[in-house]
Amino acid sequence: MKQEMICITCPMSCHLLIEVEGKQVIEVTGNACPRGKEYAINEITSPVRVLTSTVIIENALYPRLPVITSKPIPKDKMMDVMREIDKIKVQAPINVKDVIIQDVCSLGVDILASRSMNKMEHEVNDGKY
Amino acid sequence: MFDVIIIGSGIVGSLIARALSKYEINVVVLEKGNDVAIGATMANSAIIHSGHDPLDGTLKAKLNVEGNQMYESVCKELNCSFKRIGAYVLATSDEEVEQLLILYKRAKDRNIPCQLHDRKQIKQSEPNINDAVVQGLWLPTTGIIYPWEVAIRSMENAIENGVVLKLNEEVVGITHSDFYTVKTKQSEFHAKAIINTAGVYADEIYQLINPVIDFSITARKGEYFVLDHLNKPLVNHVIYPVPSSKGKGVLIVPTTHNNTLLGPTSFEIDDKSAINNTHAGLDYVRNQVGKLIDYIPFDKVIRTFAGNRPTGTTHDFIIEESKRFKDFYNVAAIESPGLASAPAIAKMVEELYLNNHPLKFKSDYNPYCRKQIVLSELSIEQRNEYVKKDARYGRIICRCEKITEGEIVDAIHRTCGATTIKGVKKRVRPGMGRCQGGFCEPLVLDILARELKKTKEEILLDDLGSNLLFERTKSHEKD
Amino acid sequence: MRKIKCVIIGGGSAGLSAALSLVKQGIEDILILERDQELGGILNQCIHNGFGLHTFNEELSGPSYAERYIQMLETTKVKVLLNTMVIKITQDRIIEYTNPNEGYVQIQADSIILAMGCRERTRGAISIPGYRPAGIWTAGTAQRYLNLEGYLCGKRVFILGSGDIGLIMARRMTLEGAIVCGVAELQPYSNGLPRNIKQCLEDFNIPLYLSHTITDIKGIDRVEQITINQVNSKFEPIENTEKVFDVDTVLLSVGLIPENALSEEIEIKIHSKTKGPLVNESYMTSVPGIFACGNVLHVHDLVDFVSHEASKTGLAVARYLTHDLDMDCGYPCSSGQGIGYVVPMQVQPKNIEINLEILFRVNKPSKDTTILVKDGQRIIKEVKKRHLNPSEMEKIILTKDEISNITEGIQVEVAQ
Repeated sequence: MKQEMICITCPMSCHLLIEVEGKQVIEVTGNACPRGKEYAINEITSPVRVLTSTVIIENALYPRLPVITSKPIPKDKMMDVMREIDKIKVQAPINVKDVIIQDVCSLGVDILASRSMNKMEHEVNDGKY
Repeated sequence: MFDVIIIGSGIVGSLIARALSKYEINVVVLEKGNDVAIGATMANSAIIHSGHDPLDGTLKAKLNVEGNQMYESVCKELNCSFKRIGAYVLATSDEEVEQLLILYKRAKDRNIPCQLHDRKQIKQSEPNINDAVVQGLWLPTTGIIYPWEVAIRSMENAIENGVVLKLNEEVVGITHSDFYTVKTKQSEFHAKAIINTAGVYADEIYQLINPVIDFSITARKGEYFVLDHLNKPLVNHVIYPVPSSKGKGVLIVPTTHNNTLLGPTSFEIDDKSAINNTHAGLDYVRNQVGKLIDYIPFDKVIRTFAGNRPTGTTHDFIIEESKRFKDFYNVAAIESPGLASAPAIAKMVEELYLNNHPLKFKSDYNPYCRKQIVLSELSIEQRNEYVKKDARYGRIICRCEKITEGEIVDAIHRTCGATTIKGVKKRVRPGMGRCQGGFCEPLVLDILARELKKTKEEILLDDLGSNLLFERTKSHEKD
Repeated sequence: MRKIKCVIIGGGSAGLSAALSLVKQGIEDILILERDQELGGILNQCIHNGFGLHTFNEELSGPSYAERYIQMLETTKVKVLLNTMVIKITQDRIIEYTNPNEGYVQIQADSIILAMGCRERTRGAISIPGYRPAGIWTAGTAQRYLNLEGYLCGKRVFILGSGDIGLIMARRMTLEGAIVCGVAELQPYSNGLPRNIKQCLEDFNIPLYLSHTITDIKGIDRVEQITINQVNSKFEPIENTEKVFDVDTVLLSVGLIPENALSEEIEIKIHSKTKGPLVNESYMTSVPGIFACGNVLHVHDLVDFVSHEASKTGLAVARYLTHDLDMDCGYPCSSGQGIGYVVPMQVQPKNIEINLEILFRVNKPSKDTTILVKDGQRIIKEVKKRHLNPSEMEKIILTKDEISNITEGIQVEVAQ
C-alpha cells in the first residue's frame, strides 16, 4: 500500500511517498534528507514529537524560561511530560542547554533550557551601549 | 445629603457637573460604567456641526448654534483639541441642490457663515470628490473635537472643583419624599435635585420615579470604519451628503488625530446595549460612502465601531424640569447634534437649576485643566526637557501613535484617571493605531498593574468582568 | 550630529544577520537600534522548534536561534541600543530615536538597513462584525502573554486564520491547559506549513474549517460565543451554514504585514502585494542608501531565509559603502501569470557577483507545474515543481551568465 505524508521533521515540508505493508515500511521516496525516511518509519510505527514549553524562572528578565526536549518523545507521552515540566521552578542565571529535568518520565530524554537567562540586577536595561 | 445627583457621565453629564461645580453646592455623578464617556460620547462622528441642519424652532437648532460658538472657549479652558476645519454638504442631483438651497437659507437665517460653491471651487480644497457632485454648501465654522477628551477633561475639572464621581453605580430605584433617594446596585444616595443625563437609558431612569410615560427613547445605531493615517488626506473638511429624512447620512470625517471616520449608519434597534457591528451596517457604509468620493482606501481600515444614539419621540432634545417632580431635570434624547450642543445644553441646565436655586459662586473655582502633554507634538528640545525630568518620557510604548510611558503614567494618575486598558486608550491613545494594541497592550497592562498596584489578572479592558488574562501558567505558582 | 556608517533598525533575525555580514566585510561602525529590552525580536517568544536547519544544520527553538546570533555579535564591535525606538528617518538618512537613557537623539547614517520585521493583521483590518469585548487578540500577542509572561489569556479558544502563528498557538494553548475548539480558514487551503497542520492541529484533534470565517462575536465584557459560516468563492458568508462555538477567546492569525510606517513617511516606494519596499538585487529601496531585508521587505516562512536574505543585504551594503555598487537601476523583475510577487523587483546584472536569487510566491496551490523565467518572450530558465503552495516561498537561482544579456527585464510565471 502507498501512503502520502508530509514530512514534519523540519519546515521544508517534503512530500513523502511511503510504501507500507502492515506496519512495515518498505520504501520512502520524496525525502530531501535521511531524516525524512526516519520520520516516515517512526510515524508509521511509533510517532514521536519534540515538545517545547516553559518553566517558572525567578530573577530573570521574564518570569518564564523556554524549555525543549533533548530528543523527540513518544507523541502519547506529551501530556505526561507537560505535568513534570509544570512542577519546575528554576533560578536565574541559566545557560542554554542546561538540563532542567533529567530523564523525564524515564523516557531517556532530558528537558533542556532553550535559551540563556541572566540574573537581573535591575528591572530594565535602558539604552546602554 | 447632596444638593444634586447627576445620573450619567457622558459629555452632557460631565459638562453639567463642571457647570455646577462653580457654585457652593455638593454634586455627585453616578455612572454605571467603569469609566466616564462610555455611551453615545464614546462612539459618534466627533463633529461640532455649524447648526445649519436642525429644523427651525427646535432646541436642537438653538443649542447647536450656541454650542458651536462655545466650543472654542470650553476647549481652551479644558486644554482639549478643537479644530474648526469647516464642512461641505455636497449635492449630486437637481433635487439635492434644491435641498441644499433650503439648508443655505436656513444657515443664512441663523447667521451661520456659509457659501455655495460649484464643483470646481470644491475640487480646489477637496480634490478627491467625484464628478457626480454638482454643488456644495461650504460651512467654515464646522469643527472637530476628540469627544472623550472633552468629557474626561470636564469631569476632571468638575472633580477638581469639588464634584464627586462614583463609577460602577448603576441606578436601580428612585424615590421622592422631602428629597430624592437614589438606589444603586451597591448603595444609596440622597439629594435635593436630580439631573438625568443617562443617554439611551434616560427614559428608563425617569420611569423609576414616574410610571407615567412622558417620553421614550429609542436607540439608533451608528456604525463606522476608522482609517489609518494616510500620506495624503482623503478629505480636508467634514463631508456630508445632502441630508434625508433618516438623518445626516454617511459622512467622511477627518479626526483630530489624522484618522478618517466613515459612517454612520442610522438604524433603529431594539436592544439599547447592542453596540455590535453588523454585516449589513458595514456594507451600508461601504456602499454609501463611495457616492461622493471615487476611491476610498478600505485597505487602510484599522477598526470598526458602533454606538447608539438616543432618539426621542419628539425628535427634539428634551431639556426640562419634570412637571410632576420638582427639581428632577430630564436632559434626554440628546442625539445629533448633541455633541455640538453639549456646552450650550450644560449652560441651559445650569440656568434652569439657578432659576430654582439662587447660588453663590465658589471663591476658589478654577475653570482650567492642566494640559495633557503630547510629546509627539513638541520639538526635540522640549521633549528632552521632559525626559530630563522623567526618563519615562523617552520610552515609547505605542509605536503607531508614538506615545511614551510618561504620558501613560500621567493619564493614570491625574484626576479622573485611567484604570483600564480602554481608559488609557481613550486618554492618551495607545492602541488607536494600525496595530490596534497588538504591540502595546501587554506593555500598557504592565504599566497599569504597576501604577495601580494590582496583579495583571485584575487589569480590565473596560467594564467590570472584562479581565484580559485568565490565569498564570504552571498553576502551582503563587505570586 | 553623530555619524555612523550603517544604522540597522531592528535587532531581530534580519538585523542581527545583516550586522554580522557587514562585520565580515570589515565594516564595524554599525549601530543596531532595538525597541525591546533585549535583542532577538519576535524569535524570543517563538519557543517552538524548527529554526536553524538551513543556517546551523540543527533544529533550534526561536530563542536558541537568536542566542547564537547574539553571541556572535558580542564578539564584534557592533553597538546596540536597547529600549530604543526610532521616531523617524529622513531621505538623507538622518535618524531620530529615543530611549529613556539618552532621550531624543538625531544621528547621521551613511546607510540604513530597515529590519523592523512585520506586524499582525488585526480584527479591525478585516472588519469582523460583532461586539468588541475582551478576549480578542492577534495570535502573536497571545503568544507573548503565554511564552514570555506566563499568562494564559483564555480557556476556550477559537482561532481565525491558519497562519503558522495561529497553528502554533493552538498547540501551545492546548499543552498549557486550554481547549482549542477549532480553526477557521477563509481560503479553501491552509495558509500554514503542512508540518504545523499535522503536529499542531491533527495531533490534538483540533478541527480545521477551510472556506469558513467568523461572522459574529458575542459578549459584552468578555467573548462568550462566536459564529462561523462557510464562504463562497467570493469569500462571502453562505446563509444557513452557521456553526456556533461557546468560547472565551478568539485568536487571529490572518496575515502579517511588513512594518513600514517609517518607510512610508519618507515615501519609500512600497509594493502593493508584499506591502514592503520595492528593492533591487542589492536590497536597496527606492531611496539610495536605505536598504531593507527580512520581514519588513516581505513576509518569510522561515527565519533561516530571513537570515540568509539579511546576510546578502549586509554584503550589498558593504559594497555600497565602498562605492562598489553600480547605482544604475537596471531591469525590472516582475511577476507574471500565477505569481503573487517576486523579490527583488529590479535587477542590475552588473551588481551580481555569482548568481541572483529570485524569491516568489504563487497565487494558488498546484501540482506538477513548471515555473518559467523569461526575458520578454525568451525563456531564460524552466524549473519543474512538484508542489506549489502560496504558503511556501519559492526560490529560483539564476547564474550571472543567465542574466548577463537581458534586454527587456525578468519575468517569472507559472507555465500553462
